[in-house]
Amino acid sequence: MLVFIVRRLLYSIPVLLATSFLIFTAVSLSGDPAARLKANPRYSPALIKQIEHKYKLDKPIVERYWFWLKDVTTNKLGVSLNTNQPIWPDIKRVMGHTAQLIVTSSIIAILIGVFVGVYSAIRQYSIFDYTATSLSFLGFAMPTFWLALLLQILFVNIYLKWDVRIFYTSGLNNPDEGTFSLDRIQHLGLPVATLVIIDFALYSRFMRASMLEVINSDYVRTARAKGLPERRVVTHHVVRNALIPLVTVIALNVGGLLGGAIVTESVFSLDGMGFYFRGKLQQLDLYAVMAWLLVTSVIIILANLLADIVYGYLDPRIRYS
Amino acid sequence: MTAAVAGGGIVSPPGPASEEVFEAGLEIKARSQWAYARRRFLRHRLAVGSLVVITLIFLAGAFAGQVAPYRYDQLDLTNLYHAPTTTAHHFFGTDELGRDYFSRVIYGIRTSETVGLFVAALSTVIGVLIGALAGYYGGWIDNVLMRLTDLVLTLPALAILLTFSALYGSGNKWRIAIILALFFWTGLARIVRGVFLSLREKEYVEAAKAAGAGDLRIMLRHMLPNSIGPIVVNATLTVGQAILVEAALAFLGLGIQPPTPALGALVFDGQDNPQAWWLTIFPGLTVVLIVLCVNFVGDGLRDALDPTQRRIRA
Repeated sequence: MLVFIVRRLLYSIPVLLATSFLIFTAVSLSGDPAARLKANPRYSPALIKQIEHKYKLDKPIVERYWFWLKDVTTNKLGVSLNTNQPIWPDIKRVMGHTAQLIVTSSIIAILIGVFVGVYSAIRQYSIFDYTATSLSFLGFAMPTFWLALLLQILFVNIYLKWDVRIFYTSGLNNPDEGTFSLDRIQHLGLPVATLVIIDFALYSRFMRASMLEVINSDYVRTARAKGLPERRVVTHHVVRNALIPLVTVIALNVGGLLGGAIVTESVFSLDGMGFYFRGKLQQLDLYAVMAWLLVTSVIIILANLLADIVYGYLDPRIRYS
Repeated sequence: MTAAVAGGGIVSPPGPASEEVFEAGLEIKARSQWAYARRRFLRHRLAVGSLVVITLIFLAGAFAGQVAPYRYDQLDLTNLYHAPTTTAHHFFGTDELGRDYFSRVIYGIRTSETVGLFVAALSTVIGVLIGALAGYYGGWIDNVLMRLTDLVLTLPALAILLTFSALYGSGNKWRIAIILALFFWTGLARIVRGVFLSLREKEYVEAAKAAGAGDLRIMLRHMLPNSIGPIVVNATLTVGQAILVEAALAFLGLGIQPPTPALGALVFDGQDNPQAWWLTIFPGLTVVLIVLCVNFVGDGLRDALDPTQRRIRA
């Protein structure tokens, strides 16, 4: 097991190098990273020349990449060329907010999704099953931004009409309110609800399929044949085994969650990773964009790694030789 | 030898059997695989209904100039923020400049369907090419191509697409479509690789090889037709996914730019006007309807073309 983890970690390094090189070339070849500075009359041509030399902008792309990689790893993601501010403090701040959003919504979505999936499978072709199936098909076809906007418009109109504030429709919190306060819950309510509805579709469908696969297996028939009550068969033999593949789905969905966060946070003007990323992209702050992409790539690669390890731990049929 | 001679008189001569034989149920009418697939698809009522709806929607988009009552950029300053009504054909209301939203949505459908169909076609070509090469040749070619696929799959998809369309898209629908296609082929490449890997061991491929067929001929004439099912299903579902992602890019203001009407951008116009709910509802509902129908058609096709595959939905 340890050997497997180490080998898997070592394998992640070339993947990460390739990813970062891809990101760097694609982003930095798209335009002149110093374009903003050149448009600013306060920067003299000599100063720009100096900055370009400092960031190796006058060198070939491979050399620039190498310099960037060293800069990013040793100087905490480096400095934005547009604003001359360090990037890490911003990313650290927004990462906390997005983590709060994503973790909350994932836990709720997984709980509901697992429950609905299990119940749909044991009551296959019931009214409940058909309703859940229809809802999840709707969830698959629903653009995240539209759902977010519908919720926002609904609650804006509720506020305007009856003057009650159930959920806030934009922002992260009012001044002087903490990370875990009622005020924060009122702000996060709608973004969390959006992500829950979208992810619920995925988890419930997957859980249902996984359950049906297990329910028809031989050992479940054995468990029934030896006289176990149906309830115990389902809870101890079916659900437990059907949950295992869900680990992979959750891990592979991390990228999708970050995509959902970009859209949701943009709609609700939430100071999270997605909101930050979209802003930086619109300002063409290339170094911040690259740093953001690098951080998320690392998160996704780590999530995949974690899924592999947990999966191996849960499913003893997998042997790491 | 004797049996053949003795039976010669009883067994009907080879050739097309007469109608009476069919009616008596003595012989089954020979049907091609396509005929079977068509029958299976037509039995899937939801898929057939969806196909009809999606065809109508796409036709409306394709003939937007004839179908839409107004041009998408036609102003009507006497009817600003008009709620949906049948008078003057403002079925979906008007926006802050009095532009007819029904017409704008129809022109938006045209943009969406162009992008969706183009992305599906291009990404299918790329995916089949990469999957076929990897599965057929195996070895280091397989290794390189599949590592490349893994690499694309580990990227944060929407963020990368946003980055590329912001930096290289310049708001043009063809550029956006090409960018989407460059990231949509991975799933299909894996599927095709898997199918080709298993087909490579089949006897008829071995026979073709023994008969002296070249690699290209084996791949195109023997293996590709046998993997057409998953390819068609995947291409269909890609149309819906591409339309969803394109809408998200346009909504975030980094995809297709005005004046080209795009459904995502139309939804965005609604965000600033929460009172004018129709500006948000109708374009979004159109996207949902398109994607829902495409997914149902894809589902029906899966059942029809790939009967071995277990149906996932009930």
